[in-house]
Amino acid sequence: MKIVVLIKQVPDTTEVKLDKKTGNLIREGVDSIVNPDDRQALELALQLKDDCQAMVTAVSMGPPQAVDVLSEALGMGCDAAVLLTDRAFAGADTWATSTTLGKAIEKIGDFDLILCGYQAIDGDTAQTGPQIAEYLGLPQACYVDNIENVEAGKITVTRRNDEGYERLSLTLPALLTVSKITVAPRYPMMGNLIDAGCEDAAIQIWNAVDIGALNSELGMEGSLTQVVKTFSPKTKRAGELLEGDVPEMVSELLGKVRQAHLI
Amino acid sequence: MGVWIDSELCNGCKRCLKACPYDAVAMRGDKAVILEHCTACGACIEACRQDAVKTDVVAREIPDFSDHRGVWVLAEAQGGELNPVSLELLGEAQELARTLGQKVGVILPGWDIAGLAPTLARFGAAKICLAEDKALATYRVEIYTEIVAELVAEYKPDILLIGATSRGRELAPRLARRLKAGLTADCTMLEIDPDEKILLQTRPAFGGNVMATIASRYSRPQMATVRPGVMQPCECEGSQAEIINHLVKVPETPAVAAAKVLEVVREAKRKVRLNEAKVIVAGGRGTGGEMGFKLIEKLAEGFGGEVAGTRIAVEEGWVPVERQVGQTGQAVRPELYIACGISGAVQHRAGMQDSRYIIAINKDPGAPIFSVADWGIVGDLHQIIPEMLTQMAL
Ligand SMILES: Cc1cc2nc3c(=O)[nH]c(=O)nc-3n(C[C@H](O)[C@H](O)[C@H](O)COP(=O)(O)OP(=O)(O)OC[C@H]3O[C@@H](n4cnc5c(N)ncnc54)[C@H](O)[C@@H]3O)c2cc1C
Ligand SMILES: Cc1cc2nc3c(=O)[nH]c(=O)nc-3n(C[C@H](O)[C@H](O)[C@H](O)COP(=O)(O)OP(=O)(O)OC[C@H]3O[C@@H](n4cnc5c(N)ncnc54)[C@H](O)[C@@H]3O)c2cc1C
Repeated sequence: MKIVVLIKQVPDTTEVKLDKKTGNLIREGVDSIVNPDDRQALELALQLKDDCQAMVTAVSMGPPQAVDVLSEALGMGCDAAVLLTDRAFAGADTWATSTTLGKAIEKIGDFDLILCGYQAIDGDTAQTGPQIAEYLGLPQACYVDNIENVEAGKITVTRRNDEGYERLSLTLPALLTVSKITVAPRYPMMGNLIDAGCEDAAIQIWNAVDIGALNSELGMEGSLTQVVKTFSPKTKRAGELLEGDVPEMVSELLGKVRQAHLI
Repeated sequence: MGVWIDSELCNGCKRCLKACPYDAVAMRGDKAVILEHCTACGACIEACRQDAVKTDVVAREIPDFSDHRGVWVLAEAQGGELNPVSLELLGEAQELARTLGQKVGVILPGWDIAGLAPTLARFGAAKICLAEDKALATYRVEIYTEIVAELVAEYKPDILLIGATSRGRELAPRLARRLKAGLTADCTMLEIDPDEKILLQTRPAFGGNVMATIASRYSRPQMATVRPGVMQPCECEGSQAEIINHLVKVPETPAVAAAKVLEVVREAKRKVRLNEAKVIVAGGRGTGGEMGFKLIEKLAEGFGGEVAGTRIAVEEGWVPVERQVGQTGQAVRPELYIACGISGAVQHRAGMQDSRYIIAINKDPGAPIFSVADWGIVGDLHQIIPEMLTQMAL
């Protein structure tokens, strides 16, 4: 069985803090990490490798330093890795991102399963997985938290939704987006990295020409949406802090609540 | 391809630094420069008032889309019941359509849905397109993509809004790819640009730390998923709607044939609709546990409201997950939201800051929750809430 896992390098937004005075983001010193859902996708892929000798390839599109997330994937136990890097890929919306990743997967060619994270913690759209499935004409399951089994060319999964959960059977090849799995993803290990490094082709680097893409379908030029502006979320009311001892503050508060006809 | 700054034109105003979501612009001396890890997202280009941010991306011609008209909603129903977000979207669609001088349409695929048409009309739909078939009783994204794509191609809307429910967020991207249309995720604000007459779609990104406004100039329909609980439904009196019954033919594509639902489990408890409550009393880590939540419950009861919690309170098991408020929980906008022992992290505020009135009780005067509160009390909730109960004679 051959599995492709798509992983994205993201800034660790859980570390991001607001500047108390200006209300702007402080991003200095924020680490780059493997997107959390993608680590979970890697874990599910590597469990299949443990169980049935699947061959796992990690693929990432990003600037040259995104090679770090692929090293981490190899350290976790992936067999091969591909970095898609080219100035022409920059500024892609999810339409152009799914074209780029879709073409890279077509070039890899031989695969049974594609695993993505459900959502990246920077762009936050959760659109890339389903758009790649559509590009490749594959069935999809989003928000998968467990792979029950792979048998006779079919995969059975459970996935969460707003109402509860579903069990689905998909004929392979298929695409899954992964989130909230029940086990913690494994840590990268030096030994794995060295093993992977021994093989010549551990991390391949492909550009636009390698995946047979025209610049007009990539990056900002190939995108259908544009970011027009970004700003910090506004906090719109200035809180009035009540003063006095506890009974006084409470009585003033309840007075205001009554005035606003809330009781 | 890329972005750079013409230092001759740069006046060092730093607008581009603020605009960059990736922190990829820095000052070198009194001029801005673009750093290596720039993703060329373009936010700085729009921010610069000196025209100093340059790009070699050729300005593309915007095609003529005058044959695309109407603000359409893709409604969602389950077991003969509409998802409330569909009516919220119709409310927003009415406003957008008024601004554009266009009509509101709705597409509703499913089974056992014919009875829902009057409700859709009452909440603002002028054209209702029903795609009813037994094959759509069990939701599958591959089949729904086929059916909805066909209808969108037929009606050519200018704008298509979809609820950012678990279904919507997996269907919309697949549909957008099929329609060759741009898509904006999980929007919390929509408006029409007064000059270009295009849809400006604002959404939180970076875990709610950044708001981004997105435009889809190069494709139609302009598609957006919209966060449930954010827009307002709006009933209109005596409205007449045209109802079209669409004949459904489920095509046998490989993707449709490849997917089968084995089991659907509905967890009844997930049904709590916090966003229908008039008053919500919410607790966080500062409640200290079950004892503290007893107080929250009593206060909620006193107001005839519902209990809610932060993600921490959910993780601690003090309040069930379906009562989590915030970015990964529910978005609520009650008349009154009382936040007790809640710090007010951006992910929590994202779900409650549109409440009509907000009260915050926290012992730390610097807690960010006070910045969104109308009235705040700095103090220990274990003293304040009992005093409230006493004074309310509860
Ligand atoms: C502030 C901001 C807002 C944006 N809003 C939109 C928008 O509304 N619509 C839109 O079309 N684009 C938007 N974009 C662009 C979008 O972030 C990029 O297209 C990005 O490449 C993919 O989207 P995502 O980060 O949301 O990933 P998601 O779609 O959330 O990612 C899901 C999964 O896809 C895989 N994946 C995603 N990117 C990569 C990658 N580079 N390499 C390998 N695997 C990957 C991962 O497995 C990931 O877990 C926005 C960008 C910014 C900066
Ligand atoms: C991707 C992502 C998504 C998230 N989604 C959500 C979400 O949907 N909803 C959500 O809530 N969070 C969410 N979070 C978590 C969020 O970042 C915060 O960690 C969380 O909201 C904090 O919860 P809290 O206010 O209960 O706890 P804390 O931040 O620990 O705050 C506790 C507060 O209680 C006060 N306090 C302590 N004792 C007392 C007392 N005796 N009397 C009065 N005050 C007291 C303290 O001063 C403090 O301000 C998300 C995080 C991430 C990264």
